[in-house]
Amino acid sequence: MSEAAANQASESYLSRGWRLRDWLFTTDHKRVAWLYTVSITAFFFLGGLAALVIRLELITPEGDVVSADAYNQLFTIHGVVMVWFFLIPSIPNTLGNFLLPLMVGAKDLAFPKLNIISWYIYTIGGVFTIAAVITSGVDTGWTFYTPYSTQYADRAVVAALTGVFVVGFSSILTGINFIVTTHKMRAPGLTWFRLPLFVWANYATSLVMVLATPVLSATLILLILERMLGIGIFDPALGGDPILFQHLFWFYSHPAVYIMILPGMGVVSELITCFSRKTVFGYHGMAISILAITVFGFLVWGHHMFVSGQSLYAGLMFSFFTFLVALPSAIKTFNWTATLYKGKLIFSAVMIYALSFVGLFTIGGFTGIFLASLAVDVHVHDTYFVVAHFHYIMVGGMVTAYLGGLHFWWPKMTGRMYPEIWAKVAALALFIGFNLTFFPQYLMGYAGMPRRYQTYPEDFQILHVMSSLGAGVLAIGYLLPLVYLLWSLRWGKRAPPNPWRAAGLEWRTDSPPPKHNFLEPQTVTGPPYDYDTIDNK
Amino acid sequence: MTTTPSTTSKAAPDEQFDDLTQQRQADLMGMWIFLATELMLFGGIFTAFTVYRFAYPEVFAEAATHLDLKLGTFNTALLVTSSLFMALAERAVNAGQRRKTLAFLFVTIGIGVVFLGIKGYEWHHEYTEKLMPILGLAFEYPGAHPDRAEMFFNFYYVLTGLHAVHMSLGLVTLSVMVVFTWRWRDPSRLGRQIQINGLYWAFVDVVWVFIFTTQYLLRA
Ligand SMILES: [Cu+2]
Repeated sequence: MSEAAANQASESYLSRGWRLRDWLFTTDHKRVAWLYTVSITAFFFLGGLAALVIRLELITPEGDVVSADAYNQLFTIHGVVMVWFFLIPSIPNTLGNFLLPLMVGAKDLAFPKLNIISWYIYTIGGVFTIAAVITSGVDTGWTFYTPYSTQYADRAVVAALTGVFVVGFSSILTGINFIVTTHKMRAPGLTWFRLPLFVWANYATSLVMVLATPVLSATLILLILERMLGIGIFDPALGGDPILFQHLFWFYSHPAVYIMILPGMGVVSELITCFSRKTVFGYHGMAISILAITVFGFLVWGHHMFVSGQSLYAGLMFSFFTFLVALPSAIKTFNWTATLYKGKLIFSAVMIYALSFVGLFTIGGFTGIFLASLAVDVHVHDTYFVVAHFHYIMVGGMVTAYLGGLHFWWPKMTGRMYPEIWAKVAALALFIGFNLTFFPQYLMGYAGMPRRYQTYPEDFQILHVMSSLGAGVLAIGYLLPLVYLLWSLRWGKRAPPNPWRAAGLEWRTDSPPPKHNFLEPQTVTGPPYDYDTIDNK
Repeated sequence: MTTTPSTTSKAAPDEQFDDLTQQRQADLMGMWIFLATELMLFGGIFTAFTVYRFAYPEVFAEAATHLDLKLGTFNTALLVTSSLFMALAERAVNAGQRRKTLAFLFVTIGIGVVFLGIKGYEWHHEYTEKLMPILGLAFEYPGAHPDRAEMFFNFYYVLTGLHAVHMSLGLVTLSVMVVFTWRWRDPSRLGRQIQINGLYWAFVDVVWVFIFTTQYLLRA
């Protein structure tokens, strides 16, 4: 290699190529990760805006801010955007895209072109859906239940369904890419049980993506055909069964919950071990728990249908399997706490995010057990108790983990440090705002406040006001990082290759890494998270 | 998976791979996983079909007699034959035989087109018999329980239609392979690509066998 070529190879992936087409036609997984980050951030704030209007409306018992029809469309926008266009791609397509090849010591993902194509599919599908939902109004909720979606709802349903269907392909392509990369492109010596838990988590997520998403695609095709061509698979007039739609839908959408939470678990494992300066407690158990959650996750979809008229015996089995999922989830929670035990804890902003995750995920998971119990579910089904439960997992869990991970790997991704003090403020605002928003929802839900209602009896007002106040604090927790992270791009301190003295291959290379990630091929000789050796050096 | 010819020297792997073996393994694995997703896609619809087949066994068995078993059987034979030629094309390209590869690809594509033609003829026939309950067309089913029978035909059109879409996509990618074989720039890459196309084509074939069994053969 000539000297000029050698210099160019050691340059960071950001140092050259700043024309628009260098980004739009890139195949570098690190740049694609950025494209995804920009897209999901835009969708996140759009979905958040809808939530803010909802919370504004719910300050008073009467419907006074928006019309009832607009209210239905708002919670549909919020759900569709947050689930399909933010949560599902969030960690895998941003941090996962950036880190998976680095963590396994590869130069890129196995199929870089599919990677950039997946971003186009995702963004075009997302924008298309949003345009349809906003211009002509969809009020089905994010679940598109039949027969409402097939026989009664507005016309734009087909457009929204098509958008979600298209976006599914981006999940599938990402899943294929991650699975093949993990199987075939690991550095020498990097055996399966030396893989970082983040890789395990994204691998398991990818399995769910490739196995569950196509069933959703099939279901959406059937819905679209029913609306457009009159091919009524779920039409009761032909002997069809609307409940069958729920079965097919939840066969995807329950495992999709694990698409949304497993990557968060992976992130948090990395953060906790680093800021406790200790190896992960029970590494094997952690990895196997991830797989167990993935497998059990495919057997529990009926817990969404306890009151939909499915057979009681089916309900019994689904309830049982749902309890089973609690086992590996609890193993993970215990192991995180055991990792903290007698660790040299460092209360950085990243650690605050990680600890928030563990606490909030535990509350969310624990209330999930209430919901898995047949009798209790009859009482709280379709109330704010359910809303609070899944927000504790999705926001308290996944969004917190995403922000924690974004901070942790920010120096690696950008080569800049963020202002620690502001990050701490933001992390605390998130924790306080989140609990203030959603804990009252458990209480009102248990007392009988149903979901998706614009108006409510005055008794609930105090709880609703608390919840709306919390949403304001939460908004600060989201907006602050947007400001100081962008600020740090220009004015942040330069980051060394390994600012946290963390384990993992990604920290062995420059911040930001060169185009092909490593200047020399990497080999792995020891177990992951060997913090004793790192600290004794 | 990648379709553009390599610009670097011949028989070099793409830049993310260490060597050609790794790339071949990765490409094949990617395709197998993709086929697993396809299996789940059709699997969802077959599951829905199975639910109704058990709910209305007599009506569905009777409705199936209104499909053209002879043409269906003939088409099945055609598709299996095309898979044979696809396999021969894989062998030919690996042996470095450009002209044979071209010939076998052409035969495969030809058979595929005939299959779709026959399928189209069947659909047309069902349309004239007023057995096509689509877009508000009249559905005049002569047997008992026309509403349940309509459900059978709904599945028949969804499954055969989705299969035809997959076949058409396969024909497009095979045509691209014809162009690549014509140019013969990087035989090792081409070998990989044709092998991957072969996997896809075989899958489409297998799905058809399931469609043929559940729609045509399970009859009264
Ligand atoms: Cu569920």
